[in-house]
Formats: sequence, structure tokens, C-alpha cells
Amino acid sequence: MTDTAHGLGAGGPAAGSPGAGAEDEAVQARGKLKLAFFWAAACGGCDVAVLDIHEKILDVAALADIYLWPVAMDFKYKDVEALPDRFLDVAFYNGAVRNSEQEHMAHLLRRKAKTLVAFGSCACFGGIPSLANLFDREEILDWVYGGTFSTENPAGVRPQPRFTAPEGELTLPEFYAGAYRLQDFVPVDYFLPGCPPTPEWILKAVEAIASGNLPPRGAVLALDKTVCDTCPREKTDKKVKEFHRHYEIIPDPERCLLEQGLICMGPATRGGCGALCPSANMPCRGCYGPTREVVDQGAKMLSAVASILDSDDEEEIRLALARIEDPAGTFWRFGMAASLLGGRAFDAGSAPPDRAASATPPAGAGATPPTRAGADVAARGGKK
Amino acid sequence: MNQDFEPKILGFFCNWCSYAGADLAGVSRLKYPANLRIVRVMCSGRVEPTMVLKAFACGADGVLISGCHPGDCHYQQGNYKTLRRVPLLERTLAQFGIHPARFRLTWISANEGQKLVQVVTEMVEEIKKLGPFPGTRARFPELAPHLSGATVIPGGAIPAPGGATTTVGVPGATLVAGGETHD
Repeated sequence: MTDTAHGLGAGGPAAGSPGAGAEDEAVQARGKLKLAFFWAAACGGCDVAVLDIHEKILDVAALADIYLWPVAMDFKYKDVEALPDRFLDVAFYNGAVRNSEQEHMAHLLRRKAKTLVAFGSCACFGGIPSLANLFDREEILDWVYGGTFSTENPAGVRPQPRFTAPEGELTLPEFYAGAYRLQDFVPVDYFLPGCPPTPEWILKAVEAIASGNLPPRGAVLALDKTVCDTCPREKTDKKVKEFHRHYEIIPDPERCLLEQGLICMGPATRGGCGALCPSANMPCRGCYGPTREVVDQGAKMLSAVASILDSDDEEEIRLALARIEDPAGTFWRFGMAASLLGGRAFDAGSAPPDRAASATPPAGAGATPPTRAGADVAARGGKK
Repeated sequence: MNQDFEPKILGFFCNWCSYAGADLAGVSRLKYPANLRIVRVMCSGRVEPTMVLKAFACGADGVLISGCHPGDCHYQQGNYKTLRRVPLLERTLAQFGIHPARFRLTWISANEGQKLVQVVTEMVEEIKKLGPFPGTRARFPELAPHLSGATVIPGGAIPAPGGATTTVGVPGATLVAGGETHD
């Protein structure tokens, strides 16, 4: 495709789009929206979510010219660098900031765009990639370039940020010590949470931007209620004797999942998704992040889970809670970078997280198969 | 071990038993290390895991929660909530790389001034052996340039329309968004 700084022109899918009409004329008068999408440390689901608005993408194309979209179009970074400052109307940034290239793009898009949107849970809260903040950079590199079952790296080669070849110097982005939120580096105008954001809210966001009918800067484009508030399940008195992992039981489709002993993040999670997961008999995993009042989503959920446990006996309590295999990974699944500590501290004499997680004997020992974490530790020990 | 290191320990003490117990230690002229800063809460059940994590994030070397003995709670059930939260919190703290000796739950009644002295003395000794809690700030060097003045626009060149400055973060969650996160 084109390697120049032209957006998707009127000759693109915009021509003959069903959305043409009076609104289009207004847009024509103002000029088309200039958009950029960027994919940082993320799985790619956010970019797919943009396409998930299906035929409405034609409306977007009618409203907008796209100037950067690495997953779909071949614009180069230098094309964006050549644009005047504040030229783009909106830049959607998805993914956590994990390396120097992604930080560079955060600064660049901030400079080139009037409005910067943190798109998806990773850009908003660090997301799944920021669970790696429970490990040191060296631990991650050791594992990836040496520790895994399938790694063949007898020379112990590691990627270097700079390498001098006969033809000249080659560079790679620098791998950071942690995965961070977009707002850790640049001011963010709007937050569109979700893993991925739902098409409904993407469309609402694009329409709001196109019409200029915008909420105050810094707003989270979702509800300010919890998922529980929007969940259709029947809730009664929350008293739980034991917790289950979701593959262990077939939950009643009508009753609150938390009351059935599944860790559902609904009470500590912002609504707006339409309670998609609980409606499909799956517990909420917390991808919309905390509500406005909550400082730390994971800590809040930890508190909520413990409070519903129906026991006053210390031993019974310990055994019941031991069924929650990986508290940090469960409660901060999408928000480790947004947590109060941001990741693991390296305290003198404290155990690495995988060992710590499996240190507590599972309830009803024997009933639970060996944990993945335990297997990993064994494998890692064997390789070293 | 650093002999000069004096740990900062934050204590959350319930109003009805443990704070009264600390009072008793005072009026009985019992001595204990001056490393403990006590925050009086109405009930140990009031102490959210968020508070413990924030204490560590803000530089505490240890956190001590103390409430009435189980069965003695002024609010009947409050300390049982603490009893239920703490095992999960302990495992979580371990995952966050915080040594178990830095966090403790204890039950101190209004007439157990002596127990307070013993608990605090032990805890200070153990934490002195560990050294200061390293926190996570030094771990994430990439954040250092952005920690102060997080609400300032880099380069100062991008005023928002209408002249308002853009602020970083989720409104109302400034604790998370601002510089305090990794302090």
C-alpha cells in the first residue's frame, strides 16, 4: 500500500456508504476526521474490536481518514513524524507501554493528535501484559531465551538494543523493566476500557468525537456503576462456604456467580460491557477496571471475596481461601500496572511469586491436580 | 544488617481493644520501640487491603493490624472480617514480593499492654534484620522521569481546547494516577 502521508481518501470504502446524508455534508464542511490507531504491547484484540463494528466501519470511513493503522495499513512512523503537530483529530492507542518504541509512539501520537484515547484495558490499566510486573526483566529474559521447554539457545544469545554489523549499526527497541499504562508517560484525554472495548462504546466514542459532543477530558467512556449493577442475575445474601474454579462446576444460569463460589470480579469492576461474561455463565474477570471511587481494583475485590466467606474458624477460612490459586493474577488480572505497588517488590528473602502462590497447600489436598506454577518451577529448576 | 536502620511500622489499631491496650502500655510506663505509628480505626474490620498496600507503596517497612480477640468485637463481627481477609492478603503480599515478617495481624485486648510491647519488639527486630522495604520505585526506572509533575503536559506544547490543561488519569482515582502510585 501507499507509503506516503495520505489518509484513506474519498475513493476508499467511503464512497457510496449507507451513512451518506445530511450528517455527511456537515462532516464535509468541517473536513473529515483524521484518525490514527496504534498497537503497543497487546494481543491484537483491540484492533479486531475496531473491525467488529462491522458495516459501521463504513460510516467511520465516511467520517474519517486514517493516517496510521499498523495492523491494517502500511503507513510508516516517519509519515506520522512528518505531520504537523496537532494535525490528527484522534489517536487511539491500544496496548501497554512495554518498550522504548512504544513509549516513542506514545509521545509522538500525543504531539500529533488533538485527542489521545487510551483504547482497551492494557492502555488504561496495563492489562494482561502488566502481570509480567510480578517478574524482573532478567527473570523474563532468562525464561524466554533459556527456560522454556522449547527454547534451543545453547549459546545463550540475548537480543541487544544495539548491534554493529558490517553494513552498519542495527537497533532494536529497549525492553523495559515493566509494562506500563499509557497515562504513565503522556496525558490521556479519554479512557475506553475493556478487553477489548465493546463495539457499542467504540461507536459511541467515534460518534461523540465526530459530532464534537464530548465528555469532560479525562473521562472514562463507560458507566460509573459496577458490573453487578448491570448484571441480570439474581442476587441474595452472599454467603459462600467454598470457592471453585470455573471449570469445576456448571453454574446455575440464574443465580449470582459469586454466591455460587466462583470468583466474579463484578463488585469491583466498572460496568458498561453489558455484563457480557456473567450473561454467558462466565465470571467477570474485571477488564473494565475499577469504578471512580476505587483506588485499587484488586485490593477491593480481595476484600469483597473474603467478606462473603461464611466461616469464623481460622483453619476453615485458610483452607477455603487456599482454593484461590493465584490472588495477584486473579484480582489484578487487568490492572497490575495500575495497582498501588505497580508490580512485585524485590524484598530481601521473599519468594518468587510462582513459588509463593503454590506455597499454600490446596484445600482437600489430592483433589486438586498439580498446579501449572509448580510444574513451571520444576522445569525451570531442571533447565538451569 | 544495617544497625542504624529504624523501620517505620504503621499500625492500624481498633478503638475498643487494641488502642486501649496501647493506652494501657502508656499509662503503665511500659517501654516499646518507637518505630510504631498507630492509626486508630473504629474496628480492625475497617482496615481494607487497600490501606495495607498503600502503606507499603508509601514507604512503610511494616504494617501491623490489631483488633479485639475473636468473639470480643465491639461490633460483633468486625474482627471476623479481618480474620477472613488476612490469609488471602498474606498470600497476595507474598506475590507482591513483600516478606511475611513485614505484615502481621494480632489480637490485643484493652488489658494486654504487655502483649503490645512484645509484638512490637519482635516485629521491629525481625524487620531490622530484613532492612528497609525496597518498594517498587527503583524497580521501574522508566517511570522515574514521569513521577513528578504527572499532570504537566510533556513539552508544554499541547494546550487543550479552551485553554484547559489536560490532566493525567482517571478522575477521582488520583491516588493511582498521580505521583503517589510508586512513591
